[in-house]
Amino acid sequence: MKLDNIYQEEKKSNFAKVSEIIITMASRPSGFIGLSILVFHVILAFISPYIAPYDFKAINPTLMLQAPSAEYWFGTDDLGRDVFTRTILGGRTALTITFFGSLIALLWGGLLGIFCGLVGGKTDDIVMRIVDAFLSIPWILAMLLIVSLLGTSTEVLIPALGFFYGKGIVRVARAATHDVIAKDFIVSARARGHSNFSIIWNEIIPNVRDAILVEGAMRWSWMLLGFSSLSFLGFGVSPPTPDWGLMISNARGLMSFAYWSVIAPIVGLSSLIIGINLTADAFAKALGIDRSTKAPV
Amino acid sequence: MSDIIQKVKNLSIGFKSKKGEEILILKNISTNIKKGETVGIVGESGSGKSTLALAMMGYVKHGLYTIGGECEFNSSNLLNMKSKDLEKIRGRKIAMIPQNAGQALTPNLKIGYQIDEALQLHSDLNEKEREKKISELLNKVRLPSPETIALRYPHELSGGQQQRVAVAMALAGTPDLLLLDEPTTGLDVTTQAHVLELLNFIAKDTGTSMVYVSHDLGAIAQVSDRIIVMYSGEIVLEGPSRDILKRPIHPYTHGLLKSIPKLSLAGLPESMPGSQPQPGIIQGGCSFFDRCNFSEEKCKNKSPHLEFLKELNTSVRCFNYEKLLKESQINQNVNKIKNNSKDKEILNLSDVSISYAKQKLLDQIFNRISDDNPTVKDININIKKGETIALVGESGSGKSTILKSIAGLLRTKDGLIRFEESRNLSSELKERDPNDLRIIQLIFQNPDESLNPNHTVEEIIAQPLKLYFGLKGEELKKNIIDLLQKVRLGEFYISRYPRQLSGGEKQRVAVARAFAAKPDIILCDEVTSALDVSVQAAVLNLLQQLKEDFGTTYIFVSHDLAVVRAISDRVAVLYQGRLCEVGPSNDVYKFPSHPYTEVLLGAVLEPDPDIKPKLVAEDIVEEKPPEKGCSFQGRCSRIVGDICKKEIPPWQLTDSGNAIRCHIPIKELQKEQI
Repeated sequence: MKLDNIYQEEKKSNFAKVSEIIITMASRPSGFIGLSILVFHVILAFISPYIAPYDFKAINPTLMLQAPSAEYWFGTDDLGRDVFTRTILGGRTALTITFFGSLIALLWGGLLGIFCGLVGGKTDDIVMRIVDAFLSIPWILAMLLIVSLLGTSTEVLIPALGFFYGKGIVRVARAATHDVIAKDFIVSARARGHSNFSIIWNEIIPNVRDAILVEGAMRWSWMLLGFSSLSFLGFGVSPPTPDWGLMISNARGLMSFAYWSVIAPIVGLSSLIIGINLTADAFAKALGIDRSTKAPV
Repeated sequence: MSDIIQKVKNLSIGFKSKKGEEILILKNISTNIKKGETVGIVGESGSGKSTLALAMMGYVKHGLYTIGGECEFNSSNLLNMKSKDLEKIRGRKIAMIPQNAGQALTPNLKIGYQIDEALQLHSDLNEKEREKKISELLNKVRLPSPETIALRYPHELSGGQQQRVAVAMALAGTPDLLLLDEPTTGLDVTTQAHVLELLNFIAKDTGTSMVYVSHDLGAIAQVSDRIIVMYSGEIVLEGPSRDILKRPIHPYTHGLLKSIPKLSLAGLPESMPGSQPQPGIIQGGCSFFDRCNFSEEKCKNKSPHLEFLKELNTSVRCFNYEKLLKESQINQNVNKIKNNSKDKEILNLSDVSISYAKQKLLDQIFNRISDDNPTVKDININIKKGETIALVGESGSGKSTILKSIAGLLRTKDGLIRFEESRNLSSELKERDPNDLRIIQLIFQNPDESLNPNHTVEEIIAQPLKLYFGLKGEELKKNIIDLLQKVRLGEFYISRYPRQLSGGEKQRVAVARAFAAKPDIILCDEVTSALDVSVQAAVLNLLQQLKEDFGTTYIFVSHDLAVVRAISDRVAVLYQGRLCEVGPSNDVYKFPSHPYTEVLLGAVLEPDPDIKPKLVAEDIVEEKPPEKGCSFQGRCSRIVGDICKKEIPPWQLTDSGNAIRCHIPIKELQKEQI
């Protein structure tokens, strides 16, 4: 019950709204943990080049597979590179690529979903069947094909990931639009003769924005996992650039005697994914969209 | 006393606001329910009536908590009982009938199974006895052929039948107390009357006490022995039903009864100013102070106590009840509406039919609609400039469908919609030019849904102004403030969101938005049915005022015949998408000549214990209009013979200009009325 809503409140600035949402998110333990992890990773991504103790690509055969010590906190890998340096730098590419990838996914998935939900009829049928067809293709196969044809540059990875992770958002945005579309204020706007663009922009987006943002945040964590899988398979970041997926892949054969070289990137990757997940959940709860009662499509 | 079965003592229920303040929903309520008595609890939404009813079965809604007081049932306090003990009482001793039976019944279980479940829980009967009991219960609530009903699923029953099943389920545990939360609110007029009659019968037959919660004084008047009037979480008046309805001695009840439109009185009743305060706002003083015509200085600071008047057997919470005591009867003043209609025709519907049928592929390809028996058929109405024409009928009569087609939202199958004698309006929204769209504006039933929750009042009213007139900046703002003033809202509303407004204020914003387009015709779709009774009259008065100022034409759709009587110049009665009767409202209401009009008017509930509804026809619900003959043949009590089933009845004109579609000659139709 939202009894507090009945009380008069003044119109708030966007900044006040955002900060209120963040405070509500942080007031829940899970939200606080999630936000802290996420903020930690983002800050680390910004400052890591300046605080890294060693050069990430400096190979030193004399220091191969050293156990963690005061000098090399997380030990060294099979080429004698410092694991700590590589771990704190290893999230940068993944975070950047998947962040922009998620934005693209949100934009095209959200807009297409809203459009399909609004116009309905045959257009909706055809577009949704195409989306379904794409959903049935294992994304990793398609990604591998794209990457091997076009290379692994950022300009290829961002749109490709954005495309594959946007498909699911189409469905969510379309369902959220269907909830709104039956309301009389849309009927009223139609009867007044507003254009489809105006109805989408003024009437629908403010009402479905929250649901789509939450979905986008969830997709971000999935995309991160997906991107790391690509790196793991050797199709993401190319060496010697440090990347968690790549590091795990390189060190996995040495796990039995040099556990440190694989544990650090694993902790880095999973903590970031958990952080994003918890944040997205807290975000949904702060907005009043409870994911526990609604199954994601 | 042993004949008291439920005793509410100093009950206060509330919640904690975000700021940590304790806000009361119920303030110190004390009342008793006697054995075999039916008590009506009336109040507007937010008055705490449902909270009180739920507390009577030991339930406090999530987010609320008991601050003090007790609800005693058989001398044990329900509010601090363990849930295990409560289980034994709920259903067996106290049963509840919910507002929306359609949602309260499990959709995938058969009716018989669901009643059986209730019996297993609340009685000790074995399987055979239970089977017998199910038929008995269904018989008791007067459902036709109980054996077949028991095998049906809830969606196969009509709303009225579902409500009857809910009654049967509540009776399964042979409870001592029955709580009814707005049990007839979602039902059609005729069904409502039948269900109330059934409840009356059950109360007498079983001797069960009933607590009947409703906002509708008309329904309360039909069932209750005693009435409790609630306002802002307090009991303001409590006493015998007849006294309260005939001689209310609290200003709120007095004003309320004055503001309810009646069938016998044409014209708009006086409206009550303002609306009920939000909980927590009133700190000291009388909660009704702002809206009261009798208020004095002391009411502002001092809150009156509930005073028991022995000679009247009534409790009242007012300092000045004596003033009202002197008034022997309610004098309802009505503002007679002026008939502004000019001779000029503004909208003409000729042979309009509308179909909802799913179209075959071939028809889809050729973009045509083929349906032999469309939902709405043969609508011919000629609407004059400046008049208010009302479309009335039960749900499914096609009244809203016709509105949608006029607005261009729904394609017509056949027929023409003509504006101002010369211009044909296309039936496709896309083919209408902006001016065609501007001249027709809509006001919807529920302002919660018709206003975008993420827009401020300014943005809402700005939309038509920007779209049709391209206004910007200062001029736009000036126009918005002008419009707000026209609907009696202050300038400061401009930055509010819909959720910060009360129901009446929201509807005013919706009215302002409609008038912003400077339309010639406004389509009002049940505009008052989502509003509280005390606010309804104010909105109707506002609509009438605006109409007189702007010369707008209203097409008014409503199921509430008393409201229609108050505001309309002409009435069109619809049944199953076919017109039955069209005529000046005075005539339609004075001599209900078409058998269906007679049924509808007979079923209207008035807040007067002396006026009982007349139950002329059965409350069957027809799914589809009949293929041949008169649309009302299925329920008509005056069927002449085969002709009704085979031939569409002809239009007959009375002397006063009333057109009736019936096979019975006019003279005979009118004769039987007298």
